Amino acid sequence: KQTCDFHIHLTPYIMFFQSLYYSIYTNAIKTSKYNFFTFLPLNLFEQFQRIANAYFLFLLVLQVIPAISSLSWFTTVVPLVLVLTVTAAKDATDDIVSAICNLCMIFFPRADLLLLSSSEPLNLVYIETAELDGETNLKVRQALPVTGDLGDDIEKLADFNGEVRCEPPNNRLDRFTGTLTYAGQKYPLDNEKILLRGCTLRNTEWCFGLVLFGGPETKLMQNCGKSTFKRTSIDRLMNVLVLCIFGFLAIMCTILAIGNFFWEMNEGSQFTVFLPRQEGKDAKFSAFLTFWSYVIILNTVVPISLYVSVEIIRLGNSFYIDWDRKMYFARNDTPAEARTTTLNEELGQIKYVFSDKTGTLTQNIMTFNKCSINGKSYGKKHSFLYTVDFSFNPLADPRFMFHDHALVEAVKLENPEVHAFFRLLALCHTVMAEEKTEGELLYQAQSPDEGALVTAARNFGFVFRSRTPESVSIMEMGQQRSYELLAILDFNNVRKRMSVIVRSPEGKLSLYCKGADTIIYERLHQSCSKLMDVTTEHLNEFAGEGLRTLALAYKDLDEDYFSQWKQRHHEASTTLDDREDKLDQLYEEIEKDLLLLGATAIEDKLQDGVPHTIEQLSKADVKIWVLTGDKQETAENIGYSCNLLREEMNEVFIISGNSPEDAYALEHSMELEFLRTACMCKAVICCRVTPLQKAQVVELVKKYKQAVTLAIGDGANDVSMIKAAHIGVGISGQEGMQAVLSSDYSFAQFRFLQRLLLVHGRWSYLRMCKFLRYFFYKNFTFTFVHFWYAFFCGFSAQTVYDEWFITLYNLMYTALPVLGMSLFDQDVNDLWSFQHPQLYMPGQLNLYFSKKAFFKCALHSCYSSLVIFFIPYLAMNDTVRDDGKDVADYQSFALLTQTCLMFAVSIQLGFEMAYWTAVNTFFILGSLAMYFAVTFTMYSNGMFLMLPSAFPFIGTARNSLNQPNIWLTILLTSILCVLPVVTYRFLMIQLCPTINDRAKAAPPPLPRRARIRRTSSRRSGYAFSHAQGYGDLVTSGRFLRRPAVSRSSGFAHTGRTTTGFSPMGRSAGYSPTGRPQNVKVNDVEVTSLQMYRTMDHTL
Amino acid sequence: MGKVKTKTGPLARRPDNSAFKQQRLPAWSPMLTANTVLPFFYFMALICMFLGVWLLLTVQSTKEMKLDYTEAGTCDRCFEKRKNVSNAAQPCSCTVVFSIGKKFKGDVFFYYGLRNFHQNLRRYMDSRDDAQMVGRKKNLQTPSTYCFPFTTDQNGQPIAPCGAVANSMFNDSFVLTYHMPGGRPEKVPLLRQGITWYTDKNIKFRNPKTENLTLPEVFKGTAKPLYWQKPVYELDPLDPTNNGFINDDLIIWMREAAFPNFKKLYGVLNRAKEPFTTGLPAGNYSIEISYNFPVQYFRGRKEVVLTTLTWFGGQNHFLPIAYLVTSSLILLVAIVLTVVWWKFGKNGKNMEE
Repeated sequence: KQTCDFHIHLTPYIMFFQSLYYSIYTNAIKTSKYNFFTFLPLNLFEQFQRIANAYFLFLLVLQVIPAISSLSWFTTVVPLVLVLTVTAAKDATDDIVSAICNLCMIFFPRADLLLLSSSEPLNLVYIETAELDGETNLKVRQALPVTGDLGDDIEKLADFNGEVRCEPPNNRLDRFTGTLTYAGQKYPLDNEKILLRGCTLRNTEWCFGLVLFGGPETKLMQNCGKSTFKRTSIDRLMNVLVLCIFGFLAIMCTILAIGNFFWEMNEGSQFTVFLPRQEGKDAKFSAFLTFWSYVIILNTVVPISLYVSVEIIRLGNSFYIDWDRKMYFARNDTPAEARTTTLNEELGQIKYVFSDKTGTLTQNIMTFNKCSINGKSYGKKHSFLYTVDFSFNPLADPRFMFHDHALVEAVKLENPEVHAFFRLLALCHTVMAEEKTEGELLYQAQSPDEGALVTAARNFGFVFRSRTPESVSIMEMGQQRSYELLAILDFNNVRKRMSVIVRSPEGKLSLYCKGADTIIYERLHQSCSKLMDVTTEHLNEFAGEGLRTLALAYKDLDEDYFSQWKQRHHEASTTLDDREDKLDQLYEEIEKDLLLLGATAIEDKLQDGVPHTIEQLSKADVKIWVLTGDKQETAENIGYSCNLLREEMNEVFIISGNSPEDAYALEHSMELEFLRTACMCKAVICCRVTPLQKAQVVELVKKYKQAVTLAIGDGANDVSMIKAAHIGVGISGQEGMQAVLSSDYSFAQFRFLQRLLLVHGRWSYLRMCKFLRYFFYKNFTFTFVHFWYAFFCGFSAQTVYDEWFITLYNLMYTALPVLGMSLFDQDVNDLWSFQHPQLYMPGQLNLYFSKKAFFKCALHSCYSSLVIFFIPYLAMNDTVRDDGKDVADYQSFALLTQTCLMFAVSIQLGFEMAYWTAVNTFFILGSLAMYFAVTFTMYSNGMFLMLPSAFPFIGTARNSLNQPNIWLTILLTSILCVLPVVTYRFLMIQLCPTINDRAKAAPPPLPRRARIRRTSSRRSGYAFSHAQGYGDLVTSGRFLRRPAVSRSSGFAHTGRTTTGFSPMGRSAGYSPTGRPQNVKVNDVEVTSLQMYRTMDHTL
Repeated sequence: MGKVKTKTGPLARRPDNSAFKQQRLPAWSPMLTANTVLPFFYFMALICMFLGVWLLLTVQSTKEMKLDYTEAGTCDRCFEKRKNVSNAAQPCSCTVVFSIGKKFKGDVFFYYGLRNFHQNLRRYMDSRDDAQMVGRKKNLQTPSTYCFPFTTDQNGQPIAPCGAVANSMFNDSFVLTYHMPGGRPEKVPLLRQGITWYTDKNIKFRNPKTENLTLPEVFKGTAKPLYWQKPVYELDPLDPTNNGFINDDLIIWMREAAFPNFKKLYGVLNRAKEPFTTGLPAGNYSIEISYNFPVQYFRGRKEVVLTTLTWFGGQNHFLPIAYLVTSSLILLVAIVLTVVWWKFGKNGKNMEE
């Protein structure tokens, strides 16, 4: 039923894998936007496309029209040139960065491949797809025999002439259909023969593949979602406000133009004796010109420096993230990185966090932590003081650690139950072993849980050494024993257990079974009831600690019964219809009346500090949703162990998208229902979701909740949600770079999220809001004074201040203090933020900067401007100097109001600032000093004599600033500007203190308290990370048998050559990736990030 | 960008541990607590009270006499005359009389005042050429276009000083006479120089370099402003050094007022001779006005002001009263805040509330 749009011939693109991804296929390198010569014109063109800049260009044009020009041209040119220069510099550096990025991308070209042949027997390839779907178990892919026979003969491969017909590119990761036509024969192709971009080869020396889909057509990229330009909510609000301000500006100008019209009608027409009008220009025309003149004068309500300052603040706050030592992860030398510099304040407003599980919350390392054998519990809590010495066992894995000596004693004392327990662990599994040299064992397990159990048995003296389809060889306390493997009753999700039936060398027939405790308990012999109770207690205890538990049981079989069962089993497995059911029945029949041995507890190691982080974030009212491609049980288990789910919670929503049909929840008709349900719950876990579904969930929340979202993940499967969320965070320092490359922020550990949000995010938000409030305040105050003056100067668009002051006010006199505040301010320090996560909540509610806050600050500046205009007006009206000379002239008045303004806004800034560092103090006092220094310079004799028309204010400062009444006026305006602010704030603190006020009044924070570990009575801790066993593979004989000498091939082998599977995990943590976890690997392969950095630094 | 890190080793990329980068700069975090705010408020109230009272006493000690002469005395005749533009060239004199009840002690300052005259219109203020007034020869011959339409006269000769400001210069003159009881009228001597800012007289306004020429020769080729009766180099017939662009009256006029009602210094009492050595004695006075400046066009008024000064300047009651009002306001607020703090203060309460 597939339409076969794709015909691919084999020869052109063949990919050769040698664990290091080396390929012939290359992505086109996009060139950077500019070169040296085109930069200036192109960049200017781009910049003037930005509305703000175009607006200022328009103002400039207005100013060169003499009839309109109310200000000299330089008042606009100076800021505009400055802004354009800064932006151009930023664009230039960005451009260089993007050029580097594109170059690095070539180190990542992976494609969707059809597997042709591999180094392993039977053309098997082992892959890990954690990057793709978050599943942690190893998977097997097998090439068609017809291509597998080609081996690594490059010529044969090149000559192979076949045709592939397959489905068009799509985003289904779990399905593929197509056919290969070769030599007139058709071979069906399914998902088992495909290697997807984003998967990782494991334990495979090399393989050949045919490129089916490349670049954007790969399933991974199809799942990536669109990358959109992200803007913060403050940005959007700012744009709305700027539009409102434009409207407001138009209103003000209209009012003044109308005022001018009436003034010209009444007064102006009588004043024409002294100021004749140009011919044919009447009051109407004058009003029209006045409108534009006032547009020029009052444009400072939207100053050009706003956008530049916002960029600078964001950049500065991004640097703090890069520089933060507390977000630096020493183990793999990874500092946090703000890859986007435009989203900082949004970090302080996060309401929803979407987290991946594998690699983000968990380390993907399993450790055998505890066990209960025959009613006795082994393994101590957190006793890292001493570890068990396994030196008695030469085959022990040195990385395995156990903390209870009693268990080793029990083994050494040959306690039969303990022996049976470990014998079971050594026999009942589908792990494959490889022993290259004597005693150096490598296990290859389908899931890390299995690996951990077999490794535990190995260290306690029951070493699984090798297997054939018919037997399992183990070293039992130093004695080599071979068990005949009669049947594997494989694991699957429904059975939740697996069993093996073996015959011991002595000839005893036994069935060993391990599985979920509830399942095993149903099948126990009643004689075990007492042991069951004790074990149940232990199981609860283990589960309460978030450990994954399995119950172990065995049963001796009767020879006659078994041979009869075997017969029926054979019949059942060869029938064509209802085979599954029949087999299940048979399994059910034999797996009963079991005798309980005990239980195991495996810890799925969380990343450090995950529970604490989640606890802190939920205190800050951040909702955490876990979206994982993994199984429900696993996800649930992790949910409990990382404190996301708690015993007392009864509103827990776990949705599993097991089959494509379950994706209905995300379809249009259901999405609201889904969202409503999900949002009622305290915790949400979505399991088995595809990458695209992750993005859909994020989009859904974005769309309907109007809340700020953050997605955090480490793998390629998280890219879509990282791109979809307002803020994407990538976990860096691990193998995959996909997530980091598409993220906005990256760091090495999930726990840093706490600091990123509660400290950096909070501060950034606070600073940005304070900045905006203050910035609008100072500019409105500045501008409104002109408005009031209009009523006294016949609406003639006369400015109140000196033109130089207008030019420099935003650029020099008030720029640094407010920048200083926005870069250094802290209302409370980081310890307080951790102590009181509630301090984060105002950001989520948009409390610090909203339309209301904006309105308040407009009102406030209205008041201030009234004070700043009318107090000097009334004080100076009819006043003279102490020697009778003029002080009520225009120039003195201008100087007086601008000085009052400088003091008022500086003092106001002092009130806004909660954290006076030396730098801030210097900026504030320095700016005031600079104001006076520049003013005296501008008004000096020399400047005037140089350019008389540009500096007409000569001597004004000297002649009026030596007057006491001038200073008394300044003092009075300052007092009156400050009075309502202090009163209002003090009243607010007294009457309705905010969280902040209360936190500040609370006793200072103590160093982080020790967290009490939660105990829980939760029933089942069962979880197993693989869904379907390898049973078939094992019994069919298609297991791994690596040739002793590596096959020579036509290619030069580069990179790692030993890719054998070795449990090298930290503290014998068992990782299926076969790669040392959390160990710096730069001597093995240069990750692209490092490559990026290297190039970065050479520039 | 471009920063080459030379560090190597396992912690090569570890950020520096500087107080700045780790945002641990030492800082002072002031808080608005009752302990700081309330005393501050009471203190400020006290300060403002003190300033208010002090300023009030100071202002009260000055004496001021204002006289609107637009249509007063015999000036109604001139007022009518000036209504007609064709009479502009005809001189008109009139006299107003007034008396002062108490002696004006110390220096007495004579101002003329204008009401509703907008020296602060943008086009008016721009209509001047500072470069010309500082004596640039080039601008003397070709004044700035800002002066339009007072750049050149009908004959195309450049106007000096050009522009609407200079053109509209106030040109009434006053002679103040003291009528001593039983004595003959005594002319009150006024110092008509040294009444400008030093910087204006010496830097901002300069005559073109004379280079052994007389002032009229320097200004040759320029025309007087349209409304002027005398050219700029004959403004002061008594003192030849007070002519040209550095004439005090011109300089004072050119310092435009910020608001439509303003007064400008005309002269200071010369206390060299009796009976004016200690100030202006009480008694009857008359002012003989050479009434030239028309105000009816803009519905303006003209006045003369006699005043004494203190360190605080002239008689302006606004600041003292404003300080007193502010003081009581602060006191009121302080009391309210104290009550609020006492009754409802939640400061210092627990976080968990």
